[in-house]
Amino acid sequence: MALLQISEPGASPDPHQRRIAIGIDLGTTHSLVAAVRSGVAECLPDAQGRVILPSAVRYLLDAQGQARRLVGAEALADAAFDPRNTIVSVKRFMGRALADVAQRDKLPYEFIDTPGMVRLQTVAGVKTPVEVSAEILATLRQRAEDSFDDEIFGAVITVPAYFDDAQRQATKDAAQLAGLNVLRLINEPTAAAVAYGLEHGSEGLYAVYDLGGGTFDISLLRLAAGVFEVVATGGDSALGGDDFDHLLAEWALAQAGLEATTPQDKRALLVAARATKEKLSAADHATMACPLAVGELSLRVEREQFVALTRELVARTLASVRKVLRDARAERSDVKGIVMVGGSTRMPMVQAAVAAFFDQAPLNDLNPDEVVALGAALQANQLAGNAAGDEILLLDVIPLSLGLETMGGLVERIIPRNSTIPCARAQDFTTFKDGQIALALHVVQGERELVTDCRSLARFELRGIPPMVAGAARIRVAFQVDADGLLSVKAREETSGVEAAIAVKPSYGLADDDIARMLQEGFRSADADMQARTLRQSQVEAERLLLGTRSALDADGDLLAAPERAAVEALMNELRAKAAGDDHHAIDDATEALARGTEAFAADRMNRGIRQALAGRSIKEV
Amino acid sequence: MGVPGQRGFTRAQSMNLNATDFELFGLPQRQAQDRAEIDAHWRALQAEVHPDRFASEGASAQRVAMQWAVRVNEGYRRLKDPLQRAAYLCELHGAAVDAQNNTAMPEAFLQQQMAWREALADADDVAAVRALAAEVATKRKALLGQLAFTLDEQGDYVQGARLVRALMFVERFEHDVDRRLEALGQ
Repeated sequence: MALLQISEPGASPDPHQRRIAIGIDLGTTHSLVAAVRSGVAECLPDAQGRVILPSAVRYLLDAQGQARRLVGAEALADAAFDPRNTIVSVKRFMGRALADVAQRDKLPYEFIDTPGMVRLQTVAGVKTPVEVSAEILATLRQRAEDSFDDEIFGAVITVPAYFDDAQRQATKDAAQLAGLNVLRLINEPTAAAVAYGLEHGSEGLYAVYDLGGGTFDISLLRLAAGVFEVVATGGDSALGGDDFDHLLAEWALAQAGLEATTPQDKRALLVAARATKEKLSAADHATMACPLAVGELSLRVEREQFVALTRELVARTLASVRKVLRDARAERSDVKGIVMVGGSTRMPMVQAAVAAFFDQAPLNDLNPDEVVALGAALQANQLAGNAAGDEILLLDVIPLSLGLETMGGLVERIIPRNSTIPCARAQDFTTFKDGQIALALHVVQGERELVTDCRSLARFELRGIPPMVAGAARIRVAFQVDADGLLSVKAREETSGVEAAIAVKPSYGLADDDIARMLQEGFRSADADMQARTLRQSQVEAERLLLGTRSALDADGDLLAAPERAAVEALMNELRAKAAGDDHHAIDDATEALARGTEAFAADRMNRGIRQALAGRSIKEV
Repeated sequence: MGVPGQRGFTRAQSMNLNATDFELFGLPQRQAQDRAEIDAHWRALQAEVHPDRFASEGASAQRVAMQWAVRVNEGYRRLKDPLQRAAYLCELHGAAVDAQNNTAMPEAFLQQQMAWREALADADDVAAVRALAAEVATKRKALLGQLAFTLDEQGDYVQGARLVRALMFVERFEHDVDRRLEALGQ
């Protein structure tokens, strides 16, 4: 029996029913999920009340030899005993070949050097970084579904500003694999700025100082005309809160004249150091206590001692800050505001050092662990259409130039960095040899002149060019970058009409077929589950389109003449009827029919919007 | 679906993807523009057409939005840069800049170029390169002013195209000066 729905006071009732949209911070050491509830963004806790999910996945075999996996704190619990199957910091491998993985010799994993993206051999089989990340995302999705006891409409996922196309695509694939509808990928520093509402503030340069557990990122954003442009990024991928723990632990051992010999001792010592560090953020002294094999460690630590001990680490972050300012050709006095991100920015000496450097107090009212997820949730809520009246539009730029390899290993830049997206550019090329019938296209990303210094994104071939003398063929190569910064490339020989196209993703080895296969293998292995899932997805897609069409009709229905409107209504009724059934093919067909049947309507609505933008700008401009 | 004429009132004054950048942005078709106004119009247009506005709708709305957002960004890229804007104006008036095939330059300008190149080759410290950069920037500004006058007041698009070509050389030279500064560690 269907229950009657009661909406929150002030919330709009059906048909604009609230859609649950989440923001996910998929971090190197930990991940979070947030959502807007009653107009306020908040992070969602798990059943034990924990907000932070360690970004760790452990694969293991149970007593029956069945593959199992643990995610988060449970995965880490026995990491010391099973390092090979406990995958941490998988974000560093996303969209990366083995050769790109820093310090791979020191990592405990069994890497498989596959073209494009590295894979990992685990006790439960070969895993791609995309699959491992999908486990983390699926856990967060489940958490959100449990919190709301409802389906999730879609998600905004954050990525580092410096992520290239392959890394962004890998992130989006992982989300798809986890059954999430990605509304948008946004840059982590941009999300942090949104959490603080900076997009409503004055135009200018902002710094986002992100000191996490294992990495330090500094980004400079410029806010102009409602666009956050990432002006420069820098940092240190091997500097984070863990380094503070290590220094304190070593110092404490030396002071006490003790040694930590076993792995358990070392681990216990780091845990104690971390607890002491956290206490010192609030108090000016603390006692560090830790039982070791050789005896009990108990030591009083003054905050000043800790500050002196770690001064060098803080100085290293400021050196990175100076470097990005130089890259951006900006002075520290140009910076209008500094956003603090990452749990390690809680340390008072970090706050003080940043305040002294910029000669102004940084923004730190929000929980620094949560700020990125909160910003993502605000953006997700808006993209789902829940934030009427308070619309923010995040317009983004492409972080790195996109181009093609030309003769001599040089790069021809097609789309320069900092172009606002979505965007498209085309350029004409020609053949090099007489009678050349095929053309190899190599798509690269980066700012350098030589192909070898840029990142290779994809290779594909245009075949079937009619034989002509060298230089006679006219091959138009068109690049298109969508709102998430993802690239597709099309090549066409204009005189013959021969075409080839590629969505830039197979370079790292995951084609759509792979994703379908992983979906089948990974999450819901039983066939019945798989079918139920496919059906549910079709139904969700149908509901989404019905809702969207309904709100479009409410807003701009007057654009349609009566017979046109009747036709759209008929298609909607048809889809509604099919969605109530269990034939997912029929649902998909009806969805497609409605999508096609409203194309002209969509074009007319767009036109009206543009005319309103032109006519209404005197009001909007203020 | 439907009879086209019934939707007549929208179609009659409808904006299409082939409108000029100036029409699309609702700006007068001329070289002199206020950058802040271009930015504001661009933002207002993106607020209407960006795919994010249609994130909760179906694939057809997304497709149309994507096309329009790409078109608006293309116009924005051309309009916000004075040199690209001028080249576009010349092209609209049948005087294509055609920089690849047409390198005809006034004699005096060519001599200036040579002198600059020599000065850059001889400049061996940061101060000398900076001084040259300042000189080039001043010249660039003067040429842009002349360009606006030629296009907007004299309506001479052929001469305008010549000035655009000259300015393209200046821009390339400025790029070389920048690289030199970088090489000197600045």
